[in-house]
Amino acid sequence: MNAVPSPASGAASTGIAGADALLSIRGVVKRFGQRPVLRGISLDVAAGEFLTILGESGSGKTTLLRLIAGFEQLDSGEILMGGARLDLIPSYRREVNTVFQSYAIFPHLSVFENVAYGLRAKNAAKDEIPGRVKQALDMVKMGEFAQSAPARLSGGQQQRVALARALVNRPRVLLLDEPLSALDANLRKQMQTELKSLQREVGITFIFVTHDQEEAMALSDRVALLREGIVEQIADPREIYGRPATAYVAQFIGQTNLLRAEVREGLARAGSIAWPTSGAAGKATFSLRPEHIRIATSSASANSTHDGAIRFRARVANQSYGGATDHLEIECGDSQVLRARVANPGPLEGMIEFEFSAPDAVRVREAKGE
Amino acid sequence: MYSRAYKAAVTIPPVLWVTLFLLVPYSILFCYSFWSVSPQEVIVHHWNLQNYVELARNPIYLSVLFRSMRIAAAVTIFALILGYPLAYYLSFHAAKRKNLLYQLVIIPLWASYLVRGYAWKTILGSDGVLNGVLQFTHITGALFHLQNFLQQSMHIHATLVPIRFLLYSPFAVVLMLTHIYTPFVLLPVYASLEHVPRNLIEASHDLGASPWATFRRVILPLSLPGVLAGATFAFVLTLGDFLAPLLVGGPSGIMISNIVVSLFGAAYNWPLGAAISFCMLGLVVGLLFATERLERRWKVS
Repeated sequence: MNAVPSPASGAASTGIAGADALLSIRGVVKRFGQRPVLRGISLDVAAGEFLTILGESGSGKTTLLRLIAGFEQLDSGEILMGGARLDLIPSYRREVNTVFQSYAIFPHLSVFENVAYGLRAKNAAKDEIPGRVKQALDMVKMGEFAQSAPARLSGGQQQRVALARALVNRPRVLLLDEPLSALDANLRKQMQTELKSLQREVGITFIFVTHDQEEAMALSDRVALLREGIVEQIADPREIYGRPATAYVAQFIGQTNLLRAEVREGLARAGSIAWPTSGAAGKATFSLRPEHIRIATSSASANSTHDGAIRFRARVANQSYGGATDHLEIECGDSQVLRARVANPGPLEGMIEFEFSAPDAVRVREAKGE
Repeated sequence: MYSRAYKAAVTIPPVLWVTLFLLVPYSILFCYSFWSVSPQEVIVHHWNLQNYVELARNPIYLSVLFRSMRIAAAVTIFALILGYPLAYYLSFHAAKRKNLLYQLVIIPLWASYLVRGYAWKTILGSDGVLNGVLQFTHITGALFHLQNFLQQSMHIHATLVPIRFLLYSPFAVVLMLTHIYTPFVLLPVYASLEHVPRNLIEASHDLGASPWATFRRVILPLSLPGVLAGATFAFVLTLGDFLAPLLVGGPSGIMISNIVVSLFGAAYNWPLGAAISFCMLGLVVGLLFATERLERRWKVS
């Protein structure tokens, strides 16, 4: 396979800071009529980065993508590319290409002509076009379909053509609007892998929109989680999972237990469970992932902080078999129900001693701006 | 499954209709085209090809047919020139006014063809509205003086000279039929433009094509089936029209259907009229067949 060389201006900068950013979104606000869709979005995208914009439907993620592509006009704020205003130039002059959710393949043109469309639009040299189209089609393994009519292609194949068509122009940023959501589960996994390796190969900045948190985690260098038009958190997948900034992030990405605790004198207490914490005193919310709750190994006394493990007794209310791990619902006093994921515990019953490590209880803000 | 009675109930009426009101009259007409008129002005059932030979031999018929086709082509082109941009505007830019404007296009279709014909007669005539305005603004007078000046001819005291060529000319026929058939062109074009997926337009802009290039390479090709349907409407309906030439055409605006009408009327030569009708029918069916094939090819590719 041949790599499309990354544009010279996208010189390798791995930093995330504003000055190095390839794409800078600053205080972007967008309303549809009276309804605010984006309420002040700021984020920087580095050259060569794979950034995922994650959010539920209605969070504004697609609108943000359309603003970058130039299909919508922003109400305030600005978008910069390489330091120059991007939001002021029309979409057809932006060095940005889009892979649409519905592919948007031109039905009246062959696969070859679909891919050549962008080259012709940008007045590429005539003798250069066949080679570049072939290269792009080979890259997505669609070389043999060059003369096919798009209507004869499957969804996955159309997806590949859409990808080749968007990459052939060598954009500085490639926008992908839930490109895999129309594919079935197996094909989707395969395309995820291919997409990731393709991105490494071409070195083009990818901005990928999805509502699927697993997809986001698997593909991205960084994930920006959007909620009702606001960036809830932007971080790499490990951090966003391990150190969620807000209760919403903790719940949206993976499963979690939210513990509403009272912090006093370096000790957090939620119902019958207490653990040491370094944060400020007062009411606080903690996120504790189900896989961080274990069955206690030795029978020390409850709530002991000995060897760093926090122990508590709880009644197993529900156990469901899940292959490698079992999912438990456990009740520990005060009708507080926690979810735990435990590796092959065998059948469990009655009161059992559980434990977790204090640092795994991550203090989160209840909501953004709190 | 449907019962036999149900199938019969839905099949028989249209079949009966087509047989009684299309196939039978056409067959009779077809027979007429091979008969002839005796010197005593009686139609004799004497089978021959004389009528068709006459059509090919007499240049009158061919020249009128060609004029009809020229008029039909002109009407088609003008209706497209008027209808396409309006349909484009309706589909892409009218936004909230879309429904209102759409209704404004439809409403003229409710007015009788004859009423609209007479309206044009009133507008274009020597004492008509158009000449009235032109004379009021002294445009005709100026034109007349200009002409006189150029010809360096005698001095005439007439600043109120009407333009006579407006009415009773092929121009008037084209004008009236363009007015009447533009909605027939606009509607299928509008429908096809409405069916152009909007994300294809975004994709085109995204790939670097300017709005004009996008129109030329995406919107226009995808709307061609509508253009073809509308153009076929306008061409076929104009080709068979005989009222517009009658109302505003005058002798120079005669079309082929007027000849058919007179052959079935005053001239009393039904066989020749039937022969012309069948040539026309063949022409139109051939045209429809060709456009149908063309449309199918565009749809596949």
